[in-house]
Amino acid sequence: MVAPSLKLQDLIEEIRGAKTQAQEREVIQKECAHIRASFRDGDPVHRHRQLAKLLYVHMLGYPAHFGQMECLKLIASSRFTDKRVGYLGAMLLLDERHDAHLLITNSIKNDLSQGIQPVQGLALCTLSTMGSAEMCRDLAPEVEKLLLQPSPYVRKKAILTAVHMIRKVPELSSVFLPPCVHLLHERHHGILLGTITLIMELCERSPAALRHFRKVVPQLVHILRTLVTTGYSTEHSISGVSDPFLQVGGHSSKTMTNISPLSSTQVATNTDTSRNAGNAVLFETVLTIMDIHSAAGLRVLAVNILGRFLLNSDRNIRYVALTSLLRLVQSDHSAVQRHRPTVVDCLQETDASLSRRALELSLALVNSSNVRAMMQELQAFLESCPPDLRADCASGILLAAERFAPTKRWHIDTILHVLTTAGTHVRDDAVANLTQLIGGAQELHAYSVHRLYNALAEDISQQPLVQVAAWCIGEYGDLLLEGNCEEIEPLQVDEEEVLALLEKVLQSHMSLPATRGYALTALMKLSTRLQGDNNRIRQVVSIYRSCLDVELQQRAVEYDTLFRKYDHMRAAILEKMPLVERDGPQADEEAKESKEAAQLSEAAPAPTEPQASQLLDLLDLLDGASGDAQHPPPLDPSPGGALVYLLDLPCAPLPPAPIPDLKVFEREGVQLNLSFIRPPENPALLLITITATNSSEGDVTNFICQAAVPKSLQLQLQAPSGNTVPARGGLPITQLFRILNPNKAPLRLKLRLTYNHFHQSVQEIFEVNNLPVESWQ
Amino acid sequence: MEHIRFILIQNRAGKTRLAKWYMQFDDDEKQKLIEEVHAVVTVRDAKHTNFVEVISVADSLSVLQFRNFKIIYRRYAGLYFCICVDVNDNNLAYLEAIHNFVEVLNEYFHNVCELDLVFNFYKVYTVVDEMFLAGEIRETSQTKVLKQLLMLQSLE
Repeated sequence: MVAPSLKLQDLIEEIRGAKTQAQEREVIQKECAHIRASFRDGDPVHRHRQLAKLLYVHMLGYPAHFGQMECLKLIASSRFTDKRVGYLGAMLLLDERHDAHLLITNSIKNDLSQGIQPVQGLALCTLSTMGSAEMCRDLAPEVEKLLLQPSPYVRKKAILTAVHMIRKVPELSSVFLPPCVHLLHERHHGILLGTITLIMELCERSPAALRHFRKVVPQLVHILRTLVTTGYSTEHSISGVSDPFLQVGGHSSKTMTNISPLSSTQVATNTDTSRNAGNAVLFETVLTIMDIHSAAGLRVLAVNILGRFLLNSDRNIRYVALTSLLRLVQSDHSAVQRHRPTVVDCLQETDASLSRRALELSLALVNSSNVRAMMQELQAFLESCPPDLRADCASGILLAAERFAPTKRWHIDTILHVLTTAGTHVRDDAVANLTQLIGGAQELHAYSVHRLYNALAEDISQQPLVQVAAWCIGEYGDLLLEGNCEEIEPLQVDEEEVLALLEKVLQSHMSLPATRGYALTALMKLSTRLQGDNNRIRQVVSIYRSCLDVELQQRAVEYDTLFRKYDHMRAAILEKMPLVERDGPQADEEAKESKEAAQLSEAAPAPTEPQASQLLDLLDLLDGASGDAQHPPPLDPSPGGALVYLLDLPCAPLPPAPIPDLKVFEREGVQLNLSFIRPPENPALLLITITATNSSEGDVTNFICQAAVPKSLQLQLQAPSGNTVPARGGLPITQLFRILNPNKAPLRLKLRLTYNHFHQSVQEIFEVNNLPVESWQ
Repeated sequence: MEHIRFILIQNRAGKTRLAKWYMQFDDDEKQKLIEEVHAVVTVRDAKHTNFVEVISVADSLSVLQFRNFKIIYRRYAGLYFCICVDVNDNNLAYLEAIHNFVEVLNEYFHNVCELDLVFNFYKVYTVVDEMFLAGEIRETSQTKVLKQLLMLQSLE
């Protein structure tokens, strides 16, 4: 005799009454046992209640799949209560990966053709939620019939179910195409809404459908216009109806370009923006304008709408405005410029995602005329911004400064300011860039060195700043001590102070080994620049001969030897460096190699290594080899001792040969290239940069690239630089992939591209062949 | 691709009050997504926007599940109503949809509270199915939806 089963409410109360997780589990297990027994006994009266309880338990996260067959039985029953729970169960418990789901196809078929309206509704709903491809094919005729039924309730559901079916089985498009035109004649809002969605799906899947519907466009516009002019009834929440119209307008763009200005402007002016629904409609208008090839006037309208959004007090609206403006800034730069002050104000937002977008947009808006004002704002922002934005802000400022700097001095000032405010967050090549810049601006040497000295004297913790300052002091120490510089107040600096400062840097625990290297070299250079005797310097150098850090030790020993044995050459070796050409990483690597080769290196480890001809001439005497421990041509018969010491010093490993780029995809002028970098410090890491270029006549929009790698590797995609590649060689999209491959497993890469091109949506999935072996070995 | 990936109602503790999926996911993927949403949404307060973009890493070679999506959510008392959509969708429209949905619930349950949703969970699914279908917004008129719901109730 089975105890009477719990009602659903009672079970819920009991579960909620459980104080601990264990207690809850106990209650649920007990109840599930009852339910299982009840299913076995096949009690039809209470079946729906049992299943309902089971579904609740399932929602809490417990396994409930033994209820699947019960769903079938309940769906087949004739009572509405049973069917309702049965269908709900089907939606929650059955999915297309288990074969059991096919069993309900027949029940659905019966319900669709013979059931009362609510039942038909249930069946359609279930079909659209979990209908698999086979089910959709089987049931397509039934759904088609329902499209033309008199009851709007059922038709609405049928239309959206048709949308789902087309998504699953694109071939069904031909089935659903004819009814669409018919359905457009409907007055009923809900039906129109569904129909538009269906048409959109059809258009996306097949160009034939697109052509077919182009003819219908005038009719659509007419509908839209009537909607707009007759005003909205609050009964139908506005956005739901207008959006799809505008979207469809977007898809059949060629013919729309003439008609849409009228509609869009009408919508824009007539919409009531006091409610969010109105704003949603406006935003949809903007999105449409952005997607189709609108005339310039329309785009300006879009930008102005967004500008108004920026002034809105609602944070959400500002957010969507900033995001969209970012998309528009490339193509409509001048229009967006007009809203620059508002954008800059948004930098002060408390929500990080807002301020980040404001930052990106502000950086995109910098041009040669507003650069000074913008930089001021951005630098103020840098001082107060949250730490995760600092790096981006700093590098953005440096980039913008590089592109638009009005004068060299301003440029140096800006970089200096960034280094002092956010020094730890700048990228590694900032140091190199700055030294390069200073080196090139001869007239500013004195100025630079003074300012850097002052900055260093105040704060020796920011490593990039310290490195640059040390380098400068080393190079231009004589100018520092002369003390006369027109541009800033003359400061009397004496030699001891300078040396003391450099020593402080050397000894500070905050200094990185690289920084110490800079400081030591700077000290060495000062030995020729300063007037006094070099005892202090010699002392410091010889202390570091026994430093634990091998790099420093090596330098110290070399410098010491320079003092002792090769004093006559010291002045020549430590002369000012000539400027080097900056032509990219290749040159840097070669420079690095020759630096390793030149055992007596005297300059900073920055990649702007000089190919000083004098230097090489001198060094040829000592060691003519390029990186290998070959024997030099016989020189002065110097005794073993120091010379051997110098020559035996180990070579640094050669930087790895760069991996060649790979073109992986080409279609109608759209090309995708991969370039590979293996950073030497981290052999398990591979950085792939994909670059998407477009040489065709049509823009590429909504470009998304996704990737997958074998399980043993880890892949991380960083956000792409954008999702639009303008036609005819417009700005390409780049995206960085980071792949960790600690086991050196063979690299396989599968890419999925989706984008819109020539008004078609393109999807390509392919595996990349011919991946160079160096990328994973 | 469906515009709506899933609809989720969670309380602050992370308990799911409703989960409607419009795309196929495994059970453990569903669980992971629920946890991700919970983690992301509960740390935000009034000074944040109602939109969160989530960028996940790609999965293994065999199952290409791509998860760059965004969540549009709104908090009502102790419940978070979240809709997960594609990154290119219109945020404001879905925000409206959430509010519309909550207003319908409010009418239907007469000043709805969390317990109403717990004890009548299957009815909540019915409301969802009246307003959203196949990953799209189906009906926006509150009066129509309420009329239909009352009619369905009478059949029980």
